[in-house]
Amino acid sequence: MAFLALEGLTKRFGPYLAVDGLELTVGQGEFVSLLGPSGCGKTTTLQMIAGFVEPSAGRILLGGQDLAGVAPNRRGLGIVFQSYALFPHMTAAENVAFGLEMRRVPRAEREARVREALALVGLAGFEDRFPRRLSGGQQQRVALARALVIRPEILLLDEPLSNLDAKLREEMQIELRQIQRRLGTTTVLVTHDQGEAMALSDRIAVMNRGRIEQVAPPHEAYERPATPFVASFLGKTNLLAGLVRDGADGPVFVLDGFALPAHGAAPGPAIATVRPERIAFADAGAGLAGTVAARVFQGSHWMLSVETAAGTVLVIRQNTGAEMPREGAAVGLTWSPQDMAVRRAEP
Amino acid sequence: MNRNGWIALTFHALFIVFILAPIVVVCVVAFTPEGFLSYPTHTWSLRWFRAIARYPEFVDAFFASLWLGLLSSAIAVALSVPAALAIARHRFPGREAITALFLSPLMIPHVVLGIAFLRFFTEIGLGGTFAGLVISHVVIVLPFALRLVLASAAGMDRAIENAAVSLGASGLTTFRRITLPLIAPGVASGWALAFIQSFDEVTMTVFIAAPGTTTLPVRMFLYIQDNIDPLVTSVSAAVIALTVLFLIVLDRLYGIERLLAGRAVGQDDR
Amino acid sequence: MIARRVVPWLLVGPALLLFVAVVLIPIAMTLLLSFHRWGQFTGIETVIVLDNWREVIEDPYFAEMFLRTFRIAVLVTVAAALIGAPEAYVLHRMRSPWKGIFLLIVLGPLLISVVARTLGWALLFGGETALVNIVLLRLGLVAEPVRFMFTETGVVIALTHVLVPFMVLAVWASLQRMDPRVDDAAVSLGAGRATVLWRIVLPQAIPGILGGAIIVFALAASAFATPAIIGGRRLKVASTLAYDEFLNTLNWPLGAAVAVLLLVALAAIIVAANRLVERRFAQVFE
Repeated sequence: MAFLALEGLTKRFGPYLAVDGLELTVGQGEFVSLLGPSGCGKTTTLQMIAGFVEPSAGRILLGGQDLAGVAPNRRGLGIVFQSYALFPHMTAAENVAFGLEMRRVPRAEREARVREALALVGLAGFEDRFPRRLSGGQQQRVALARALVIRPEILLLDEPLSNLDAKLREEMQIELRQIQRRLGTTTVLVTHDQGEAMALSDRIAVMNRGRIEQVAPPHEAYERPATPFVASFLGKTNLLAGLVRDGADGPVFVLDGFALPAHGAAPGPAIATVRPERIAFADAGAGLAGTVAARVFQGSHWMLSVETAAGTVLVIRQNTGAEMPREGAAVGLTWSPQDMAVRRAEP
Repeated sequence: MNRNGWIALTFHALFIVFILAPIVVVCVVAFTPEGFLSYPTHTWSLRWFRAIARYPEFVDAFFASLWLGLLSSAIAVALSVPAALAIARHRFPGREAITALFLSPLMIPHVVLGIAFLRFFTEIGLGGTFAGLVISHVVIVLPFALRLVLASAAGMDRAIENAAVSLGASGLTTFRRITLPLIAPGVASGWALAFIQSFDEVTMTVFIAAPGTTTLPVRMFLYIQDNIDPLVTSVSAAVIALTVLFLIVLDRLYGIERLLAGRAVGQDDR
Repeated sequence: MIARRVVPWLLVGPALLLFVAVVLIPIAMTLLLSFHRWGQFTGIETVIVLDNWREVIEDPYFAEMFLRTFRIAVLVTVAAALIGAPEAYVLHRMRSPWKGIFLLIVLGPLLISVVARTLGWALLFGGETALVNIVLLRLGLVAEPVRFMFTETGVVIALTHVLVPFMVLAVWASLQRMDPRVDDAAVSLGAGRATVLWRIVLPQAIPGILGGAIIVFALAASAFATPAIIGGRRLKVASTLAYDEFLNTLNWPLGAAVAVLLLVALAAIIVAANRLVERRFAQVFE
């Protein structure tokens, strides 16, 4: 049963269609990410759910109730803003208490809940600090506590981690995930960071130009991208242009003399997508022939750029301590047919 | 950053002498013990400061200016805050034209405004009244208040107000608890600048002030037109002293260049 | 929601009503007044005639007076640019706390009564306290005392003093927007100090100088108290003439015509200058 449902949600700014007939359902307790590049309409969608932007068409249903006409201050949503939007003239505790005050929660209960919320995000003892005396990560936690303390029906996260440095961002991802699981708050995250979306979400909605291209659990969207856009936006991928021919055991995808079975593919020009980490080095003389143009060591793995007749191919290999081919070395590339998605090339 | 060379510093010294000379001269001459304009070469005397008390026209004019400044700047700020929020936050037809209209008293010669007000107030029966003075001063000081409030409203993160709304605050509560405290520095300095502009205004006021409602600068101006004597220098010196005091306080609170530029100019030391 | 469209109008409403009632209507009335007839014994007659405008345009006395007004304004603008812009640069290069102290000294006079500041110049120029001439004679710069009171020279000097802080402020603001590393970049490419000043700093400061010039010019052309005190009763400029017509001669329609002409001429010059500045320096203004 859908807890939050977006039905045909549309927003026009003049002639520009920012959000185009969005359909999405979010179940109770689910964590869903709206993922896409900037300008794809994800933030506008969030603003419509929050009530700061009025939809041009479509409906937003929360627990079966239409939110149209419900003022933003009556929607009972918790929002964590990209800039955190902490009240700079109030202490951490006053920030967190604000929403409870608006709900006329009695003082004693208010204080207890504020303490509890700050403890939940690991900020016990920081009650009397003003925002400017908190680090970026601490401000982020206060913003989260402030949004959670009102026990919102839905938690909306607008690029909440984008202002943190890489290391802190990873820590916060894990923490955010744990807190969300523990409280079971239905959560919608807006982000352009595919790593963040995959780390946190139950399902990802990949958006492009105001439309949703695919809604799926992270693993599934990554393994079986529905469109080339999803494939290139979720992680790194290789797009290889070749030809599908009918072979003796069914259709094969042919690329510069290297052929792999491609079940169900129609003959003609085609494009294959292969994840770089699924590509292996073949035995001498076999596979797709190429020359290593560059190799970059990244600790846990190697990244190699290989020049082939089909273009530059990115290869990622786990660092197992084994020797890697050097720059200028001639190599053969191979991968298993099920790691490859073959699509008809668009003319 | 490099330091200034000696040519630059010599120029700077001359410039500062140029800026300070007339102001210092007024303050020095005010202490003359003589009955005529002269420098107090032998002894300094307070006789001309004591003399001010015997001229109620100056004392009355001072209080008229004080009330006029307080009242007109308060009204100007009260009108500026909502106007600045509308201009900073909303897009509505005529927004640019309305902003230009509000700032126009900065560019319209005050002589023209003085004539326009004189004619207008005479026609509607407010000629020579204190109410007329207050209304006209509200108009000429409003642009100063508006610019500073506008700068602080425009510099505020809109998401902060949205955060308050999402937590359940109504429009009025958000304004009272969040917006107003955050634009308070701009409002306070806008008020101070508006006050001082009203207190100093002479050109427009000289047209519409009647004998009973004459302000201090107008009284000083009319006095100087007849003759210059140590009395008017001591009055001027007192005005300068009060202004400098006010100025130092303002500079401590807000920064003089931000106050006068009507916008945040940036960090002091970069 | 319709309410969202009404909100900004409710917010600007009070100030807008005031400005329409007390700025637009009175100025329109002044314009109308300039077409009315005035007689020594009849007072103002509410008829529409061109008499005042013909007098203002044809009488050489008014031409001379307007010429003087704009000559003074141009001289003050040039003087303010010549001393204000370098001073802004010197201030820009100063360190704390000197920078803050001198900024206060230079800009502070803007908030001190114009009457008090002009009185200072009247003291420095004339009578027993004429320090300027004493210094000039002592230094041997002049052979005999120079007349400053009741002369254009005196008015230009005093007005420059009154208005130069606006120039400093405008140039200072444009210098603040400069990236100091651009200077370093020029030096690293082999430029000397003079070259940096001429080729790097000045071009970036020009929008500020022009912006300051427009403000100084407008205020100088419409200045009242300073020309009235230093210029005296005979050296008339547009504002002091309009004042005389209104409060001494009581010929309001003629005074209104002078004031309207000042307003129109000034508006035309400012709009033209703004156009020029914007077109020429559009790229520099962000």
